[in-house]
Amino acid sequence: MEEVRGRVGAMEYPMKREEKVLFGLRALYQRHGYAQYKMGKFEEYDLYARNKDFLVSEGIITFTDTDGRLMALKPDVTLSIIKNTRDVEGYVQKVCYSENVYRISGSTRQFKEIMQAGLECIGDVDSYSLCEVLALASESLEMIDPDNVLELSHMGVVSALVNGLELEADGRAKALACVGEKNLDGLKKLCPGRDLDGVAALISAHGRPADVIAALRPYCATGLAKAALDELEGVTRLLNRQNVRLDFSIVNDMNYYNGIVFQGYIHGIPSAVLSGGQYDRLMQRMGRQSRAVGFAIYMDLLERLDAGARPYDVDTLLIYDEAADPAALSRAVAALVDTGVSVNAQRAAPERLKYRRLCRFEGGKIID
Amino acid sequence: MINVALPKGRLGEKVYHMFAAAGFECPSILETNRKLIFENPDAGVRYFWVKPSDVAIYVERGAADVGVAGKDILLEYRPDVYELLDLNMGRCRMAVAAKKDFRDDTERTLRVATKFTRIAREYYAGLGRDIDIIHLNGSIELAPILGLSDVIVDIVETGKTLLENDLEPVETIVPISARLIANKAAFKFNSGKIEAIARGLKGQISDD
Repeated sequence: MEEVRGRVGAMEYPMKREEKVLFGLRALYQRHGYAQYKMGKFEEYDLYARNKDFLVSEGIITFTDTDGRLMALKPDVTLSIIKNTRDVEGYVQKVCYSENVYRISGSTRQFKEIMQAGLECIGDVDSYSLCEVLALASESLEMIDPDNVLELSHMGVVSALVNGLELEADGRAKALACVGEKNLDGLKKLCPGRDLDGVAALISAHGRPADVIAALRPYCATGLAKAALDELEGVTRLLNRQNVRLDFSIVNDMNYYNGIVFQGYIHGIPSAVLSGGQYDRLMQRMGRQSRAVGFAIYMDLLERLDAGARPYDVDTLLIYDEAADPAALSRAVAALVDTGVSVNAQRAAPERLKYRRLCRFEGGKIID
Repeated sequence: MINVALPKGRLGEKVYHMFAAAGFECPSILETNRKLIFENPDAGVRYFWVKPSDVAIYVERGAADVGVAGKDILLEYRPDVYELLDLNMGRCRMAVAAKKDFRDDTERTLRVATKFTRIAREYYAGLGRDIDIIHLNGSIELAPILGLSDVIVDIVETGKTLLENDLEPVETIVPISARLIANKAAFKFNSGKIEAIARGLKGQISDD
């Protein structure tokens, strides 16, 4: 949090954590050459209809534009960014954003406005750019709270081991869901009589990269599985960060994602606050040759961290009576504010207002 | 401290005894009183009783780190949680039931009464059958008797209630049993303890 520079007037104290984090993230991404990308609120509905499964929630708020086109309030940022980039060779386009998106929230089944911050790295993504994105994800989590975990998975490892079960498409989707749920019992029922050792190891192995990779080595000795595990090993070595763990229960849609996928957790928040990965397949589906990797942080979840952290609505409640001279009162309030406290001046104490200090303004003076 | 949401009722009590045998006991839970929360700081565990259908909500939203919920609830509400263990208890099945003289007239839309609308909808979508869902909160068996629906989708344990009302199971949709579930974020920060619970319970599960 020390990296957040600048104050908004004298108002630094009332800033919420998500606001501070947002400034911090923007500075962090811009220091690494990511350009802030400002978007419109609307997009043609067609863009989402074509890539429906990429969106994390079904349900899009639509309306008809003045020219009859069906428009949507953005449920997602990545698709719009891809739409506005072109294929490049030899370098990458680095963009970051902080935007509101409109989605159905999982547990309430209602539309919600969700503040998202994140970045996308699109173009000739090499292992340096990939590691840079992962390092920025790791630093973003550190900026939110030091008690955090960045969890990495590799779709190549998951897909190779699940493909080894030789299931039909429907069974494969169910097996992937079991991996996502760490549901070994469900998997056993799904494929009775099959050798499940590899997938069982995939489900149970989680933790520090070196330990997990060692546990999976015997099942990833050849072909695609070996290549994917080698890549994961290389990336985690290069990253070399304390908060990085491996866990293969991150199972994103394989029609869009490939390679490394990741999620970030903060102690005290019940779901992932950061989600991202390599989405070369989505790029192909949208007619692009370039590779891409990015992540998003769900800023609305950070609200939970500071619940109950501020026991007061205001530092000082200043009560004045009708006889008080407005000019003198105004000077007194300004003097108090200048000392760095917040002041609420009232003729009577508002119901349920919580304050630290109660003062009266009498005869041009502040009396405790 | 690990927070455990247990389903109120006989199943929950049985599950508690399994937790206790696994080394996570909390004797105060057995006292008869109206308390809802029981804690044993030595074992690092806190239990609370909640309505069985609410366990998944407590776990998904992180108020509980782990809990025990029926597969029916997990299939219906799809909470974003880890499903660590099939406890093989509270076994029953989700089934389609109808009056004994029921004939499925495939020329017409099938009227289905149920508490489990998602499970019913997905089951019939898989069959490519057009249905009219009637959401009820209880006494589902009444619906076909009074002509409100053609069939019901509900949990069948012994089939006795169905039998007493001249109904019979027609099709099994999915077998149901109690599952140990865990909050995904809690698992990241407490995996050692949560896995110890899962291991302790696993050793007590009967296979039959």
